[in-house]
Amino acid sequence: MLEIAIKGSKKYWIWIGLLLAVMGAGFAVYIEQFINGLAITGMTRDVSWGFYIANFTYLVGVAAGGVMVVIPYYLHDYEKFHRITILGEFLAVASLVMCLLFIIVDLGQPTRALNVLLYPTPHSMLFWDMCVLNGYLFLNIIIGWKVLEAERNQVKPPEWTKPLIYLSIPFAIGIHTVTAYLYCGLPGRGFWLTAVLAPRFLASAFAAGPSVLILLCFVMRKVTKFDPGWDAMQTLSKIVCYALIANVFFFLCEIFVTYYSKIPGHASHINYLFFGLHGHNALVPWMWTSMTLMFIGIILLIIPALRNNQTLLPFTCIMIVVGTWIDKSLGMISGGFVPSPLHHVTEYAPTLKEIIISLAVFGKGLLILTILFKIAAKVKEEVRG
Amino acid sequence: MKKSRRKFLKVAGISALGIGMTPAITTFASSESQGTGTVDAVKSKNAEVFSAKRWGMVIDTSKLTDAIAANITDACHKAHNVPDFNHEPDKEKFPKTSPVNHHQEVKWIWKEHFEHAFPDKEDEFLAEKFKELPFLVTCNHCKNAPCVQACPTQATFKREDGIVLMDFHRCIGCRFCMAACPFGARSFNFRDPRPFIEQTNSSFPTRTKGVVEKCNLCAERLAKGQQPYCAEASQGAIVVGDLENSESEIRQLLNEKYSIRRKQELGTEPSVYYLM
Amino acid sequence: MSKNAIIVGLVIFVVAALFPFWFNLGRSDTVAPKPELSEQAKAAKKCVLEKYDMRANHMSLLDEWRDSVVRDADRMYEAANGEKFQMSLSTGDNSCIGCHTNKEKFCDKCHDYASVAPYCWECHTNPKEITQ
Repeated sequence: MLEIAIKGSKKYWIWIGLLLAVMGAGFAVYIEQFINGLAITGMTRDVSWGFYIANFTYLVGVAAGGVMVVIPYYLHDYEKFHRITILGEFLAVASLVMCLLFIIVDLGQPTRALNVLLYPTPHSMLFWDMCVLNGYLFLNIIIGWKVLEAERNQVKPPEWTKPLIYLSIPFAIGIHTVTAYLYCGLPGRGFWLTAVLAPRFLASAFAAGPSVLILLCFVMRKVTKFDPGWDAMQTLSKIVCYALIANVFFFLCEIFVTYYSKIPGHASHINYLFFGLHGHNALVPWMWTSMTLMFIGIILLIIPALRNNQTLLPFTCIMIVVGTWIDKSLGMISGGFVPSPLHHVTEYAPTLKEIIISLAVFGKGLLILTILFKIAAKVKEEVRG
Repeated sequence: MKKSRRKFLKVAGISALGIGMTPAITTFASSESQGTGTVDAVKSKNAEVFSAKRWGMVIDTSKLTDAIAANITDACHKAHNVPDFNHEPDKEKFPKTSPVNHHQEVKWIWKEHFEHAFPDKEDEFLAEKFKELPFLVTCNHCKNAPCVQACPTQATFKREDGIVLMDFHRCIGCRFCMAACPFGARSFNFRDPRPFIEQTNSSFPTRTKGVVEKCNLCAERLAKGQQPYCAEASQGAIVVGDLENSESEIRQLLNEKYSIRRKQELGTEPSVYYLM
Repeated sequence: MSKNAIIVGLVIFVVAALFPFWFNLGRSDTVAPKPELSEQAKAAKKCVLEKYDMRANHMSLLDEWRDSVVRDADRMYEAANGEKFQMSLSTGDNSCIGCHTNKEKFCDKCHDYASVAPYCWECHTNPKEITQ
């Protein structure tokens, strides 16, 4: 089926060229980072993870969000998702590739990355994260490809894909749970040390992933002849609505526990994020923007008339994507590291070079996404036509 | 060699179970080197080694002054080739050195005020004398070290004698240990440290960019039967010894005076005690 | 037509694949260099392993040593030939560099020839370079 990807309109090739250019620029900057070290980033001794790991965390969520189409379709035979299930799986593939790349660019010694396999360490959560991320990636590649191929040949998918599909569901939950465990099992970081972190990660993932999927559906309707179906998008928007409410609810639970118990080790981080600490308040406007966007998003999705509005829905989804991104990327990383374990405040902001490298990773993900979605759309067109 | 190989395979086998990576791992394992002439060789500790069941440190806060604290940091950092970002790099040797970000500094043992060394014990009515006192902080060589648990490659590991050590050869620079450490004891080499080492000590390696480092309790000195640099430079303020040995000097000190540890409530069991 | 294109393509591929061979054809420095022993090493006569074993396996030995020193805290090595060594690449007189004092003429000579760049020296220091 790959041959589909090398036949395209002029616009298609311009888009591919643009992505390659972004990737090239990022790669050039990455070479500088490879030679000179992570000094080119804004990370510091106190804030030792930054933009890379923040985006990694968010994209694990987007990848896990794909399961929100898989569960209804495969477990509940929800036929309306028939056409978009493949999109959910391919979105997961692209997101996971970006996740792995973000980990690689974040390593101080990337050439030694395979040490994780050479010295497997079951007591390290990073080891398990590697296992589930790669596992989920391969599951989605195999399932997505085989099912689409069967559709093209107008036969039933091979029987052995069924168990893999069922297996992919716990894996989807698993990738984000283990990613949350990276953070919430660390004794000295009050902001992350909460059992609600994994559920909250999942809730925000199930809001962000389907929102991205709805946006991609709109794009597909615009640039291809394939129509994912308004009904399916409607159902997705309801899923986003529930998940977003759950995310905000978990956050409010966190706020209650923190401020009612008044334990300073927990409060100082949230104080920093929302009100500033000792005069440092770089994230305050961001966090309030995030909260506002998520609240407006909920309102726009709860009221049926607003949710059913085809012109409004893409904007609602963009708001939710931005809102959850700030909440889970910027806020989650900076909030955990500031103030430091010794109660010093070192603020973090990514450098331009860090952002360019990150954009290149996004470019790579979009390239994979474009190719996979193009193949999917073409196959669906063929089958219907 | 043989023993560790078997252990490696065991852990590898268990971990690979169910994720189907066994073939990949055994390929790696079988390529593990085995020099032909090394079979009959014997590896052992030096005869003069200082050993302990669990190394610990006692810092007598009443004996520390700013000057002594500065000497200790200096002695440790110089001997271990810890870079000093205030040092102006030699333009001839390192012509293309970019400007430094002082927040990316590296330190093993350094001075903090009470409210930073013990943020959980912050108290507005704390005795005035404590507010200005220098508190030296460093790696606590915790009994239950979160950094050891977090490290995905066992580059950070706990030695049998309680020292939490780093294997710089193995570190991939993921910085998980830095997130895990509740004491901010770890530093990352954001850049090549060499331009910022004024006088390299040839009896200790430098580090390379991209690895994490921290206090090693002078493992290289203990192996030669010498006291750690900090203890040596402390004029009696720092004593290093065996916590498990009731006859040891540090146990005597802990018996005599009231002592506190940093963030005891986290249960990491720090091995550094502060006499108050 | 396409036959010609395929043949041209094949020729280009073969020429490119044989690059290392024709690139080095006219060069005179293709003979393996001989590492020079320092006076100490000549006098000591015995190294950790036999000469040929050392030549083939010194990297494995160093790998074993570093695990032993860093992880097991064993620093003394009594070799099969009865000699005792401090397991250290670069520190002290009883280390590798302590005896093979000239890194350029001993280590680098072969490494350069074989085009290997061991990262040992990113951390381990050559005492000579420091004093320069």
